[in-house]
Amino acid sequence: MAERPPAVTLGVPRLVLGGRLLFENLRLHLEAGRWTCLLGPSGVGKTTLLRLLAGLVPGGLVVTDDGRPMDGRLALMAQQDLLLPWLTVRENVLLGFRLRGQRRRRGAALVARAEDLLARVGLAGRGDDLPAALSGGMRQRVALARTLMEDRPVVLMDEPFSALDAVTRHRLQDLAAALLRDRTVLLVTHSPREALRLAHRVLVLGGRPARLREVPVPAGEPPRDPASRELLEREAVLLRELVASVTRGEEVPCASSAPS
Amino acid sequence: MRVLRPLLTLAGLLALWQTLVWATGVPRYILPAPLDVARRLLRDADLLAAHGLVTLGEILLGLLLGTLLGVAAAAGLAAFRPLRRWLEPVLVASQAIPVFALAPLLVLWLGYGMASKVAMAVLIIFFPVTAAFFEGLRRTDPAWLELARVMNARPLAVLRELRVPAALPALVGGLRVAAAVAPIGAVIGEWVGASRGLGFLMLHANARLQVDLVFAALFLLAVLALALYRAVDRITARIVYWQKETLTPTG
Repeated sequence: MAERPPAVTLGVPRLVLGGRLLFENLRLHLEAGRWTCLLGPSGVGKTTLLRLLAGLVPGGLVVTDDGRPMDGRLALMAQQDLLLPWLTVRENVLLGFRLRGQRRRRGAALVARAEDLLARVGLAGRGDDLPAALSGGMRQRVALARTLMEDRPVVLMDEPFSALDAVTRHRLQDLAAALLRDRTVLLVTHSPREALRLAHRVLVLGGRPARLREVPVPAGEPPRDPASRELLEREAVLLRELVASVTRGEEVPCASSAPS
Repeated sequence: MRVLRPLLTLAGLLALWQTLVWATGVPRYILPAPLDVARRLLRDADLLAAHGLVTLGEILLGLLLGTLLGVAAAAGLAAFRPLRRWLEPVLVASQAIPVFALAPLLVLWLGYGMASKVAMAVLIIFFPVTAAFFEGLRRTDPAWLELARVMNARPLAVLRELRVPAALPALVGGLRVAAAVAPIGAVIGEWVGASRGLGFLMLHANARLQVDLVFAALFLLAVLALALYRAVDRITARIVYWQKETLTPTG
């Protein structure tokens, strides 16, 4: 990575979606070069916050601590792998360059880097396969390689591991934590355990309009041991709080959130 | 086995037909037996082949032009918003006109030759191809488009690398429909006014109570249509090489 990752602050003065006041005077701060995990029940607006940061929905103000704009400095990883089925694995890893028309310049060097990244996510030699030939976990690893290929200082991830089985998820979490160390990362997740394993900071989004609350994380650098006593205790506490906040009616699941 | 089973079904149906003709003693000029038709097919092979070639030419040319026009129209609609606003409703409404009703006009304008039949086929093919491809182009997965946006993709590259390939399966569906209806267009055109082609031959033979020739021409037309459909199916399967068939075709 060529540049130092910036700290990023998103300010949302007021956002109404579907007739419902989602955020008011909300401020989300991502520390430079660290992982921030955003937790919260479904429908509370986690993904919307991520999309505001990415500039995919209007209404947010994004500021970086180095004063340069965010545009062109972030990469996105979603729950679906978003691989294009007609491109090979290698071509998918290189998708950004293809879409920016940068394939001809430094073509060989790019391919070499794509191969290197595929090897690092454990997919050496699979570059010529079509995505359909891969398992769900392998596809998500290709998506991770594509994200790394972009080599951007800020990485936004929207539940990238939630569709995977427990073992694959665990291994992919370790891999992502290792490969995206020192970047400014926002990971949206509904899993308290995942947040407590991977984050330097955990923020819980809740209420209406939604507010952010920081909760303490276990000691030590991520990725943390999921079996550590501290992590398990914090997970239990966090889970209890989330359940309580939902039953208090602070958040309602998507389906019943129609405005009155 | 895959080819054998439907062939056996066909043989059974033909045997039933033959038995029916023998048992009832229907005159040959009303309903000829399959054997009569087969005999006619062999005796007039040259005649049938000559007319069949004409019809095949019309179908292929119509399919080619109709596909090109349909793809171009869909791409235009997808690329230019004003075109969508001004043209799309008209295009949809135009489908209320039965194309067959236009056949006499086409013959009047374009003459008894090949042109009016090709035009007829083009008219029939154009809409399914346009509609299918345009539908595919407008339904690109929004998540892909957002990924492209975050990657700072160039608009033209999004069209070429994302929208068009993503729309190809839909286009292929349209092409299969086109291959199935193209022979109808050509034959209708020949019925209305022609001096060559299988449609003309059938009409002519029908008037002279040469019903076995009608059936022979019909048989050849069906073979042509089937071969065309298979060919288009093969070619289009290569276009969308990444799509796996999830239903086994037969059996």
